[in-house]
Amino acid sequence: MLGVRLYMLQRLTALIMAPLTLGHIAVMIYAVQGGLSTAEILSRTQGSIWWLLFYGSFVVAVSLHAAIGLRVIVHETLGLKRPALNILTLVVSLLLLFMGARAVLAVTLT
Amino acid sequence: MSANCDELEVSVWRGDRLSGHFEVFHVPAQDSQTILDVVSWIQQNLDATLSYRYACRVGMCGSCAMMVNGVPRWTCRTHVKKVMNGNKLEVAPLRNLPVIKDLATDMDPFFDKWIAAEGLHHPTKTRDEPIETINPDSTMRAEANAGIECINCSVCYSACDTVAGNVDYLGPAALQRAWTLFNDAKDSGQNAILEAVSGAGGCHNCHSQGSCTVFCPNELNPMKAIAELKKATTKSFFKKRV
Amino acid sequence: MIRKHRAHPLWFAYALHRLSGLALALFLPAHFYILSKALTQPESLDNFLTLTESPMVKLAEFGLVFLLAVHFLGGFRLMAMEWLPWSDRQKTFAAVAVAGAFLVSGLFFLRVV
Repeated sequence: MLGVRLYMLQRLTALIMAPLTLGHIAVMIYAVQGGLSTAEILSRTQGSIWWLLFYGSFVVAVSLHAAIGLRVIVHETLGLKRPALNILTLVVSLLLLFMGARAVLAVTLT
Repeated sequence: MSANCDELEVSVWRGDRLSGHFEVFHVPAQDSQTILDVVSWIQQNLDATLSYRYACRVGMCGSCAMMVNGVPRWTCRTHVKKVMNGNKLEVAPLRNLPVIKDLATDMDPFFDKWIAAEGLHHPTKTRDEPIETINPDSTMRAEANAGIECINCSVCYSACDTVAGNVDYLGPAALQRAWTLFNDAKDSGQNAILEAVSGAGGCHNCHSQGSCTVFCPNELNPMKAIAELKKATTKSFFKKRV
Repeated sequence: MIRKHRAHPLWFAYALHRLSGLALALFLPAHFYILSKALTQPESLDNFLTLTESPMVKLAEFGLVFLLAVHFLGGFRLMAMEWLPWSDRQKTFAAVAVAGAFLVSGLFFLRVV
């Protein structure tokens, strides 16, 4: 259930996420040493336009990427078809976008 | 009959579209025996009502493919000794296709998808024009040649889990034929082909599991052909937009 | 259930890519939910973060990093296969992706323990 447009969206969001994922993994490896705390996370991210852009674009890309991936899995394993499949894709992407945006704003806004 | 080394214990699927079960037959083992020999021996000596399909017996026509011990194979060129599990064999109809009876499947969905993928000739010339000269060394001809030996046996189609999960998916054989024709200088259907393989059941549904390439009896590489189609459709996707 | 027609390296690479993607997609809402408490309820986020001291949670984190790394590297292999000139070494690349994911997640694990 992937036409060329959803395929392209899936691959392009993957390409956008490639450097972001590397950055995210690097931050994780750097930040986890000595344990994590809210204060430590916020001191790094709060008020930073760069972290807002970094994780903001990550959230947009992953919302689309994960929704398309789940669409394929749900179609192939549960047999859900269009139009329900289109609604599911849309709902999943909007839900992830909303929750992700809330998380990004929570750690970057002052 | 007692089981010994000279005898094969063969479980054969019996049934139709709706239901079925495995029936066990004992078949004398012979040298250089193929799976098709075994099935034919059962039909000729034990149960004349056993239905199966074959024609050329030499791996050219693509009609005799079946599931043998859980994997799809061309039965006329599969030696019993190479696939035997102890002295046991299990023979079933091809996966991912409706069963007509016993070992014979309905190949219509498979061939319908060839057509849906534009896997048919789109002529460039009329009969009155001279035949086009083809340079066998050209890159495009090499790509076309790579897939030209497909015998439509449906082994790749049966091996593919994406076909199993997605009824609209055109499948490896049809998509490989589309890629072959896309590279054929005597075919004018390039745009129609790209359009046909870009729909909801097109090449973009392939997850590159590679079972098509693992099991193709002619050692073709449908997974590569599909990857090339993805590349070609990606190029045309961006070309259309600039 | 590993049926016989599936028992080959690239099918396993596919299964790993699908399962890691599914697991990451299901993990994301929880990840977002916890982080969204940073501003409004920092104490509840801190309570949660103290959980990360437990060995089981550290092991789970290692698992998550592995899933992310293997999905990233596996996806990279797929895009290279689809968009770069064809290579017959797909099995090797798939193995390298898994090895690389172990390397990255192992490095992460060594930092948390």
